[in-house]
Amino acid sequence: MKTGKVESYLHHIILGIITILFLLPLLWMVIASFDTNAIQTIKLPDSFSFENYRNVIGDSTVQRSFLIGLMMSFGQATIVVILSLLAAYPLSRYRAKVKRPFMYTILFLTSLPMTAVIVPVFQMFLVFKFIDKIWAVTLFLVGTSLPYAIWMMKNFMDSVPIELEESAWIDGASVFQGLKSVVAPLMIPGIFTVLIFTYTGSWGNFFIPYILIQSPDKMPASVTIFQFFGNYGLVDYGRLAAFSMIYSLPVVIMYALSQRYMSKGFSLGGASKG
Amino acid sequence: MAQAIKKRLSDDKKTLVFLSPTLIILLMFFIIPMVLTIYFSFTNLALTGSQAKNLEFIGFDNFTKMMRDPGLINSISKTIIFVFFSSILGQCLLGFLIAFMLKGKSALVKRVVGTSVIAAWVTPEIVVAFCWVIFLGDGGTLNLLLGKLLDISPIAFLFKYPMVSVVVANIWRGTAFSMMAFQTALDDVPVSVEEAAIIDGASRWKVTSKIIIPMVKGTFTTNLMLVTLQTLGVFTLIYTMTGGGPGNATMTLPVYMYQQAFVSYQLGYGTAISLVILFLGAICSVAYIKLLKVKI
Repeated sequence: MKTGKVESYLHHIILGIITILFLLPLLWMVIASFDTNAIQTIKLPDSFSFENYRNVIGDSTVQRSFLIGLMMSFGQATIVVILSLLAAYPLSRYRAKVKRPFMYTILFLTSLPMTAVIVPVFQMFLVFKFIDKIWAVTLFLVGTSLPYAIWMMKNFMDSVPIELEESAWIDGASVFQGLKSVVAPLMIPGIFTVLIFTYTGSWGNFFIPYILIQSPDKMPASVTIFQFFGNYGLVDYGRLAAFSMIYSLPVVIMYALSQRYMSKGFSLGGASKG
Repeated sequence: MAQAIKKRLSDDKKTLVFLSPTLIILLMFFIIPMVLTIYFSFTNLALTGSQAKNLEFIGFDNFTKMMRDPGLINSISKTIIFVFFSSILGQCLLGFLIAFMLKGKSALVKRVVGTSVIAAWVTPEIVVAFCWVIFLGDGGTLNLLLGKLLDISPIAFLFKYPMVSVVVANIWRGTAFSMMAFQTALDDVPVSVEEAAIIDGASRWKVTSKIIIPMVKGTFTTNLMLVTLQTLGVFTLIYTMTGGGPGNATMTLPVYMYQQAFVSYQLGYGTAISLVILFLGAICSVAYIKLLKVKI
């Protein structure tokens, strides 16, 4: 449909303003990260320098927290992918009685605000002496993201034709082998989507590690960056900006990757015919 | 027939085998804590002091305390304001408007606008909070612009308009989600229907209000439910930007729960507050499932 000329101009002007409004708050961070004398007011740096980045990357506390953050996020994402693949399989392939109640429970859990269970989880962690245990926090994070991951994975798996597996079974493959060597490889885009989605959510999660990890030498990046802000945030603007840029980088890369995988789509229809 | 039943039984068994690791994790980190939430909310659980040693069952004391707690009433109303303005009026409406205006525009425009809106969404929540604290600061970009354009002296937004500040920051962060949902929905409106209406002499406004809006109504409700649920749990953004203050001006339920449980060390009472959040979430969640009419 052709939109009127006036309307089209108006749309472009409004969209332009919206774009500027969305970019403005981020602009300061980008510019200040290259300015060793950055202040709260946005300004072009006297000299463009990587000093802030060097400073942040060279800090051993930052290095450790990034390593811990990466371990937690990749650990969580990997476990989530494996468990959700296993869980999605029977939900997609079998006609079990537990399927409907299980799927409804999963859907219900998916949409509950996770913030709310942190108090009893904290109490449970105290009782079991799980506080400061990175593996325990990672497992809890697995629990919080599993429902959504299973939901996504099941939908992806539904689009893999069962005929492909049946031929593998005839060749003598077991159910697990079929899942591992026939279904999973065909679901690579889906698996990556779940992996990236989980990783991104975990990397940005501040609240859960903030509560469940208390010794400074075990804190992931999301908590150290918060503490940096509290201690130096309104003094050392340049370093805060550089820290924020570095911290955002993995998520931005992940997002760009996910776009590539999602746009590829699924061309599985032909696989069973050929 | 007998074989079908047998097949079904073995399906049940196999399903359980596949589901067992998931069930263990969900039981341990989801179900048990939720049951504990309900249990602890009836106790005087505290982190320090004599109460920390002997846990007592105190019945509905936490709930009667809640009824009389002006802090809780305040934070419920703050939560409703925050959720209403940032999800319904903010993200859903703005997301729809952007998607609506982007429909039929050139790929370049779509790309530029889309990327900048999505950039705010991809940025980690905590970095969003920093950016907004600095953006709204006395010497921040917003005050600089207002000073240059309108000649206004700097306004301390986070102190003068704390709720508006967190609502705007949350809209800024979350709009991309709604925008993408509406873009998909609008792309599904068949062009032929619009064209037919135009040929029949319908005005642009009529086409929008009678065809486009009814066709994306379903997306609007499900999207609204999802955004509401996400907004209900927002903690990091508010905690970093205002810490719930000044005073109690932005003390939404998650921040209040944190304060009671981890600053005042009243875990029992904190748990009772989380039950309120879970309850609100459960209502929205069930409504969402009903609206979605999922086929399983």
